[in-house]
Amino acid sequence: MQSIMSARDVIITGIGIVTSLGEGIAEQVKGLSRAKPQRDSETFKPYTIHPSVAVNLDLQIPKKSDQRQMEQWQRMGTYAAGAALEDAGIKGNLDLLTKMNLIVACGGGERDYATDGSILTGMRGAENPEVYLNERLMSDIRPTLFLAQLSNLLAGNISIVHGVIGGSRTFMGEEQSSVDAIRIAEARIRSGQNDIFMVGSAVNAERADIILNYEMGGAIWRDADVPVMKRGGGGFIPSSASVFLILETRAHAEARGAKIYAKLNPIQADQSRRKAGDVERVISSMLGKVGAAENIISGNAGFGVAASEEARAIKKSLPEAKLKYSGDMIGHSMEAQFAFGVALAAGGIAAGKLKGPTVVTSVGHVRGEGAVKVEAA
Amino acid sequence: MSRTLDKFGRPVVAVTGSGVVTSLGIGKQDNWTALTAGKSGIHRITRFPIAGLRTTIAGTVDTIKIPEPYCAPNLSHELARLAAREAVAQSGIGSKADFPGALFMAVPPVEVEWPQRAAMANAGGNGELTYVDVLKGAATGKFRAYHDLFLFGTVADRIADEFGTRGSPISLSTACSSGATAIQLGVEAIRRGETSAALCIGTDGSVHAEALIRFSLLSALSTQNENPEAASKPFSKTRDGFVMGEGAGAIVLEDYDHAKARGATIIGILAGCGEMGDGFHRTRSSPDGKPVIAALRAAIEDAGLQPDQISTINAHGTSTPENDKMEAMGCQAVFGDKVPPITSNKSMVGHTLTAAGAVEAVFSLLTIQHGRIPPTINYHTPDPAIPLDIVGNVARDVAVTSVISNSFGFGGQNTCLVMTAEPA
Repeated sequence: MQSIMSARDVIITGIGIVTSLGEGIAEQVKGLSRAKPQRDSETFKPYTIHPSVAVNLDLQIPKKSDQRQMEQWQRMGTYAAGAALEDAGIKGNLDLLTKMNLIVACGGGERDYATDGSILTGMRGAENPEVYLNERLMSDIRPTLFLAQLSNLLAGNISIVHGVIGGSRTFMGEEQSSVDAIRIAEARIRSGQNDIFMVGSAVNAERADIILNYEMGGAIWRDADVPVMKRGGGGFIPSSASVFLILETRAHAEARGAKIYAKLNPIQADQSRRKAGDVERVISSMLGKVGAAENIISGNAGFGVAASEEARAIKKSLPEAKLKYSGDMIGHSMEAQFAFGVALAAGGIAAGKLKGPTVVTSVGHVRGEGAVKVEAA
Repeated sequence: MSRTLDKFGRPVVAVTGSGVVTSLGIGKQDNWTALTAGKSGIHRITRFPIAGLRTTIAGTVDTIKIPEPYCAPNLSHELARLAAREAVAQSGIGSKADFPGALFMAVPPVEVEWPQRAAMANAGGNGELTYVDVLKGAATGKFRAYHDLFLFGTVADRIADEFGTRGSPISLSTACSSGATAIQLGVEAIRRGETSAALCIGTDGSVHAEALIRFSLLSALSTQNENPEAASKPFSKTRDGFVMGEGAGAIVLEDYDHAKARGATIIGILAGCGEMGDGFHRTRSSPDGKPVIAALRAAIEDAGLQPDQISTINAHGTSTPENDKMEAMGCQAVFGDKVPPITSNKSMVGHTLTAAGAVEAVFSLLTIQHGRIPPTINYHTPDPAIPLDIVGNVARDVAVTSVISNSFGFGGQNTCLVMTAEPA
């Protein structure tokens, strides 16, 4: 059932996306019926990751000097952001870009792995490891690496390369950062605080330090052939993904004759204490609030009891809905996973591949729960 | 009771509590006493060896107990909870572990630090070490505690748990304007009617060797090490960079009517926020100053004020050659030949980075409350290129009805907040 149309409805009008499934929203939508994400089980053996497909960065980041100032996660994010602007038909539209707000959900930057390794080796034999560390860091760190590591510099690069300068904020906090980024953007548009937003995320899982972050907690699953729900809560396959969305009011989109993917409803977000039953209770409550849906795209990380608890909530609240785990399509892209689900829902609905309202959920591997209903505009 | 709305028909956002920790002390009283007396919190670093470093001074907070070994998320958490406790206690809102509103928190980006990286590497291998060894160490399962410690969302989650804030807490970064952005998000949420209260915090306890060296390699830090207390000299001709600081600022924002209805004391109004991105360069501002000017104007306009109604400017004032020049230029463009008295708290507490916007908002509110502008210390050689009324060296007593507090950060982040005295 379609909800009542309003001029302040929040509409998705642009998607820029690169994942292990391919580039562009059409490639992701194809994955709804048969997903064959790129897989790499060699580089970080014994770990498997889903690397991003290669793109021609020059198309969205024309200056090589800009590309050199970034690390891969920033390049891919900046690339996807440019693709989203292009998709929405507003690339280079200075009037809109100057007032466009930006929220990026991301983690942090990459390490210089060779330098780290060499310092770790040297520290062990050093008479004073801390003094040795000072000396090596002073001489071996590339000064500009810092800027490629800073969380908010993905947003900074998007401002520099694409001219999105209405204001930018960077949210951190693993899976939930993406839920909150889209939640705040939607709420600010719906309430009239802004008319147009870019919101998205970029994650490069092709990094030893990213695998490390989650392996410390035993959250990485190593066999990509086992579906999320068959892992007994054993964790996820890290995945690269860059996803950016353009959101605007229906009135704003219609006034400029924009292509419309789908309508985004208010985002439900919470952070339970993760005691037994918390995830089931919170997701049940959220599904009750978002209402009837034909499809569910779950972003569940598949770690711990949260996976089975969410499944119980879904079975109870929306037993008839078709359920798909985005982790089975691209792996788990952490900060980008919820944005991926929202993009997929919007693209699937626009392409007629998803019939009826589609709920996207997020259940973070350690914390954070979210849900939103995406429907035909 | 009729609804109290601002000029634009939005709910008025009151401040009912504030708390602060810096190298000058724990709590508002110690900080304000030191700040208005012109006392510096900058000192020689003792947390780690300074051999081989170009900068050996900082405004670290060394008096707080955290588990060994030091790591940034643990100290950032401890600083935040101290500031939040003071703010929540003053506001008297909610009850223990039951804060009836949202949490917006500026936290420094986290990553595994050297002691932990080394511990895992050494557990994983014994030859030439690489990340394969670090990963092997991690896979032993002996370092499970590091997982949560180094997640980006952990510090805010711990605060949410302790204070019982509602909903999904937001961890954010806009580099050196993060603290101001946390407050801005709170203001927006209350104006939307989404929440009647918000706990907004900026915290930063990240002075470790690599963090310091990274800034040092960008030539951003002062190297005037001989006399630590004199190194941070915003707006002086002899300024040569910022001094890293640590601290936290916390503010309880509340819907004005909500605060009144429960009989709370209102210590100020968070009247306006302005922001503007800068697409010029990763670390430098547009030479024309346009984004800074736009952010200042947007904040004043959002507060429903005219520039000549601003009593004083709480500057970003980092003491870097570039920032102070650009900020002065921006202020001159906005205020013309009537730039109000301007001061930089960073002359005493250093640049508290992620926390700065929140720490300085707390100081701005105290400025209103006491009618006293804290000085910019070490102001002995004015920069002739900055012909502003700097509140140099000695605090100035003057009626203050409104303050604009500026925060600018790498990545083209410019955020300004306008705070005013009650009544709105």
